[in-house]
Amino acid sequence: MIPVLGLVVGIVLGLVLSPEVPVWIAPYLPIAVIAALDAVFGAVRASLEGIFNDRVFVISFLSNVVVAALIVFLGNQLGVGAQLSTGVVVVLGLRIFSNVAVIRRHLLGA
Amino acid sequence: MAARSTRSPRVRRRPVNPGPTPEEARRRLSRMSQLRFNRGQVLASALTVLLGVALVAQVRSADEAGLGQLRQSELVALLDDASTRVDALQREVVELEGDREQLQGQQGDAAAAEAARQRLESYEILAGTVPVEGPGIVVFVNDPGGVVTQTMLLDGIQELRDAGAEAIQIGTTRVIASSFVGTDPDGRVSLDGNALTQPLRILAVGEPHTLSGAMAIPGGFTDSLRGAGATVEVTEQDTLLIDAVRTVGEPRYAQPVPAAEEP
Repeated sequence: MIPVLGLVVGIVLGLVLSPEVPVWIAPYLPIAVIAALDAVFGAVRASLEGIFNDRVFVISFLSNVVVAALIVFLGNQLGVGAQLSTGVVVVLGLRIFSNVAVIRRHLLGA
Repeated sequence: MAARSTRSPRVRRRPVNPGPTPEEARRRLSRMSQLRFNRGQVLASALTVLLGVALVAQVRSADEAGLGQLRQSELVALLDDASTRVDALQREVVELEGDREQLQGQQGDAAAAEAARQRLESYEILAGTVPVEGPGIVVFVNDPGGVVTQTMLLDGIQELRDAGAEAIQIGTTRVIASSFVGTDPDGRVSLDGNALTQPLRILAVGEPHTLSGAMAIPGGFTDSLRGAGATVEVTEQDTLLIDAVRTVGEPRYAQPVPAAEEP
């Protein structure tokens, strides 16, 4: 429950403070956010299956974000940043979709 | 991700145990809604707070979507687009300015219009589409016996034209380029299919002396008509009005040959 509240608090904070995105982080932020969302949906699914684990969540969250940023960075260095970003977004999007589908099946049985 | 790493052993057992039933899942969901403070939960919450802030910040900056968000290659493409467009527009500006100067530079514009107007006027007079007035002669022909022939009338018209008549009206019919002299079924002389009624009045605009002289040529129009038994009376007038007009139809067969291009 607290993580959900945390998400709400974060959104409110963001709306209130409306922080400027630092320039150096700007290319990585979108991918990092999507990677984090993937981790969050995975966590919700794990909770419903009764196998949620705080430690695993924290580690997967951080590693997701770091790996996503790393891929974007690597892509930019190789000159295929746009394509690689698209690929990462597609993969993460697929995972989010499948996680949501599982959550839906768990909750609604359909 | 959390699910993935700890679930992997379960995934293999899945055919045996196909996940929680909806009742179990909902029970777990409601259990999740209880507040439980421990280090892991707080840490996870800290991460989700960060996620929320980042989410909003990203959405905000994507809304602004300034050029600052774009990559170098995209910026170069944009710049390329913009400069191509600028080039095209500048070419258009040059073309249009040239056009404008050409149009403004035509000093003889008014003169050309005046010349065109005058040319139109003379064409209208020639074609007989407008009434005209001016000096000229009136020829009265009294021919009760019907002795005037086509040839005589044609000769008369020809002599008037020869003398410089600019507009001719015979009876109520304007004589134009396509006019013809014929006879109607009763044998009377007709002009353009209109039978001429007696007494015949011929109006011609032109230099009056020349015209009357042309009529009086020995063996000419007056002579031949008088010889045949008709009376002819020619009067010179300073102004006379020719009010018979024609409408010009579109030529059906004759097409102008395009003028050769001037080099």
